[in-house]
Amino acid sequence: MSEVKADAFLDLRGVLCPINFVKTKLKLDAMEPGEILEVSLDSGEPIQNVPKSIKEEGHKILEVTREEGFFRLKIQKNA
Amino acid sequence: MTDHSIEDNSSKVTVNIAGQEQKVDFNDLKSGGFIKQRQKDLFVVRLRCPGGRLSTKKLVEIAKLAEKYSKKGVVHFSFRQSLEILYVDYRDFNALVAELEKIGQKVASCGPRVRVPTACGGCEYNPNGLTDTQKMAEMVDQKFFGTPTPHKFKTSFSGCPIDCARTKEMDFGFQGVVDPTWEEDLCTGCTICAQACKEDAIVSDPDSGKPIFDPMKCIYCGDCIRACPTESWKPKRYGHIVRIGGKHGRHPMEAIEVCKFLPDEKVEEAIGKTIEWYNANGKRGERLGNTIRRVGLQSYLDFMEPIFNNAKAPA
Repeated sequence: MSEVKADAFLDLRGVLCPINFVKTKLKLDAMEPGEILEVSLDSGEPIQNVPKSIKEEGHKILEVTREEGFFRLKIQKNA
Repeated sequence: MTDHSIEDNSSKVTVNIAGQEQKVDFNDLKSGGFIKQRQKDLFVVRLRCPGGRLSTKKLVEIAKLAEKYSKKGVVHFSFRQSLEILYVDYRDFNALVAELEKIGQKVASCGPRVRVPTACGGCEYNPNGLTDTQKMAEMVDQKFFGTPTPHKFKTSFSGCPIDCARTKEMDFGFQGVVDPTWEEDLCTGCTICAQACKEDAIVSDPDSGKPIFDPMKCIYCGDCIRACPTESWKPKRYGHIVRIGGKHGRHPMEAIEVCKFLPDEKVEEAIGKTIEWYNANGKRGERLGNTIRRVGLQSYLDFMEPIFNNAKAPA
């Protein structure tokens, strides 16, 4: 299914809001435009909030995979 | 220095300021935003800060005046977001008001009239915000501030259903909403919208992952739109839920919802017409909510029909 290859990974399971978003943002800031970051986010509050904030920062969520109790997101850094 | 000769007969005083005799009624002063303190001769001077927003330049100037005129060097944030200068001697009113005028700062008002509107930050900078509450508060302040009504008339604007500006407790409140619409073509079935929806108005189809939407549960917050990675959820229309007849105080009343999705451009007309109805039907000293109870909601809704259109009395 997943044909997008990630350039970096971040496992944010067990990390609370808004630290999970801050970590995502810092990672993306260090990456090149167009590169892909894969993050794992817990169900519940993290998956409710983090995608909104990622979008508001102008990044693109390319792929979402549902796992047992968490989600895997592939995010493309904004140009 | 000015010469003050004061003749105190309870609430009325004669003040001689710069050779001019002026009669001052402490009760009348309330209409001008001067509120008597417990302490003799001292008043709270309430400023007019619609939506609780001030430029830093003005704030610095206000601070200087508060320093100069407050006998105790203190200010207080009123419960309706306006700044109050405490411990002001009434003999300084004219001088203080003149100095405030110079920096473009007006004094607020109390009593039976349209009060300074309150508002949250709104869509300008708050990520949850759906409406420009600050712009609306400014409009209401300019168009309606001080308009006489049978009793106080409080308005507020919340930018989203979290309702920080407590529209349910206002005589007339406006709360931002967005109507979401879904386009199947763009949906990848990622299920994030179902996760993002705190109202369980969206559940994901177990096979496709695509949303099944229950409009009865939706409170129009727009979380699905904000969370959707593919723009499959989009805003169809923005507007205000309009609530009437709320109040707090000794006998709180919850406002009644009278309109969904009132567009920005109809807010002014809605307020103007509601004031008109209130002035025609309300008894002196009766809050709008009690007038609605006494006269009946239908009378109000009939009167507002040209503006609300869809408004129906709730079952």
